[in-house]
Amino acid sequence: MDTAAAPFSSIRAYLLEARYEFLRLLRTPSFSLPALSFPPVFYLLFGVLLGGKGGPVAAQYMLAGYGVFGVIGVALFGFGVTVAMDREQGLLTLKRAQPMPPGAYLVAKMAMALLFAAIILLLLAAIAAGVAQVQLSAAQWAGWAATCLLGVLPFSALGLWLGTRVGGRGAPALINLVYLPMAFLSGLWVPLTMLPGLLQTLAPAWPAYHLAQVAQKVVGLDAGRPLLLHVAVLAGMTIVFFLLARRRLVR
Amino acid sequence: MTTLPSHPLARLRGVRHQYGRTLALDGLDLALPAGQVLAMLGPNGAGKTTAISLLLGLQRPQAGQVELFGLPPQDLAARRRIGVMLQAGAVPDTLKVRELIDLTRSYYPRPRSVADCMALAGLDGLMDRRYGRLSGGQQRRVQFALALCGRPQLLFLDEPTTGLDLDARQTLWEAVRELGAQGCAVLLTTHYLEEAQALADRVVVVNHGRVVAEGTVAQIRAHVAQRRIRCSTSLPAARVQGWPGVRRAQHDGPCLDIVVDVAEPVVRRLLDEDPALTELEVQRAGLADAFLALTRDARKDAA
Repeated sequence: MDTAAAPFSSIRAYLLEARYEFLRLLRTPSFSLPALSFPPVFYLLFGVLLGGKGGPVAAQYMLAGYGVFGVIGVALFGFGVTVAMDREQGLLTLKRAQPMPPGAYLVAKMAMALLFAAIILLLLAAIAAGVAQVQLSAAQWAGWAATCLLGVLPFSALGLWLGTRVGGRGAPALINLVYLPMAFLSGLWVPLTMLPGLLQTLAPAWPAYHLAQVAQKVVGLDAGRPLLLHVAVLAGMTIVFFLLARRRLVR
Repeated sequence: MTTLPSHPLARLRGVRHQYGRTLALDGLDLALPAGQVLAMLGPNGAGKTTAISLLLGLQRPQAGQVELFGLPPQDLAARRRIGVMLQAGAVPDTLKVRELIDLTRSYYPRPRSVADCMALAGLDGLMDRRYGRLSGGQQRRVQFALALCGRPQLLFLDEPTTGLDLDARQTLWEAVRELGAQGCAVLLTTHYLEEAQALADRVVVVNHGRVVAEGTVAQIRAHVAQRRIRCSTSLPAARVQGWPGVRRAQHDGPCLDIVVDVAEPVVRRLLDEDPALTELEVQRAGLADAFLALTRDARKDAA
């Protein structure tokens, strides 16, 4: 027969939940295609080809920016849009009625977002090292990747909260409305110093700015604010949005 | 072993629940005994869905008690003993049937083998297809497989055959009977009275958040000794409705459909008032009429 009366462990459920969440989104081209291709393509076009005049330093700055751009996209869309759609379609209803271990749903989404983020970072690193001749020390590469991966966390919380606010159809629009202006205004696409003064002053108001500053600190190109400030903003944001989202999810 | 035979697997006791100012459940009592197929019937808005979502722990009651295997339904240990097929519960479109079953089985300590799930739900040839590419009937079968794959002691089937053709419906009934024979208790909600008639050991009729009748299908039918008259006539339904002994009169296409307590006087009067009347038919009331009568009475009482 299939099993003895061993105590039942939920680990397999967590693993499978994560695996199938990843597969589910990989097979949703409207998510996986832009999520996986936009950051590398944008980086190649704007960071390497157009920004090539700035030489390896510009490409290095852009590597930090587009790395952050990529992981924020995965976190916001992977959480926001899917949570909104899951809620609208009743996917969450069935899962909550089934004996899915509590937390498996969010852990799975987090694992999915990290995996997508890792793929994007690998693609960006390949372009950076192969085409743009970006030269970083091993510690810098590792620090850049770790920063971007950890950056999934605060933006997952933001995405989760956004996803609990709107329906499945409104979610992509709302999230793009948050994502794209924030990316631009935080200096992810073009260096902040090229923006008008007012926008430069306002940049610290955007969460993405703080993650970008940490990533740029790793490659030595940040604006020079203390690391602790950025980390504190990101940590605070994670907690606030996660709690807000939880309040709406539990009900 | 752990529970006495008389102890119900799940129970709602004096449950009240309202959404805003709408009262969904008004002191509902419901017990699901082991090994029994119970059909919950009621018009839309009667409170069936609310009752199920309370039993599944999707909501908490505002008053009264909800128990699932003697535990609060939010307890994972209780829910590991149930299987669920929800009308409102969607399944991810992009996953394959095999993957969906694999995932759902992982929630349960002693799941059925994949082969058993396939056989019981009739999933031959569908295992490697994506859920979103299946027909409506095939999707219902997959949902049914997900409900039974954990080897549940209690199965919740919320309108399991809505949208299925007759063939597919009968296949699913066969599987429910098989599970019932293996000792699995079932709570079934349905719009199709013939479904209750075909499957249920016991029927509970719910209306306005309360149980208005309870018993075997035969007992429920016996609640109404009514007859049903159908005929083609020029008499307006509103006029016939006012006659003594007429419970309900309404047009059904070209026919007038009349539910009465005693047929003969009404038939006599119909023939008197409309000599041109044709297609006269008199039938004993079925479960459907009993159901309508029961829920109508309750509405009158409430008014």
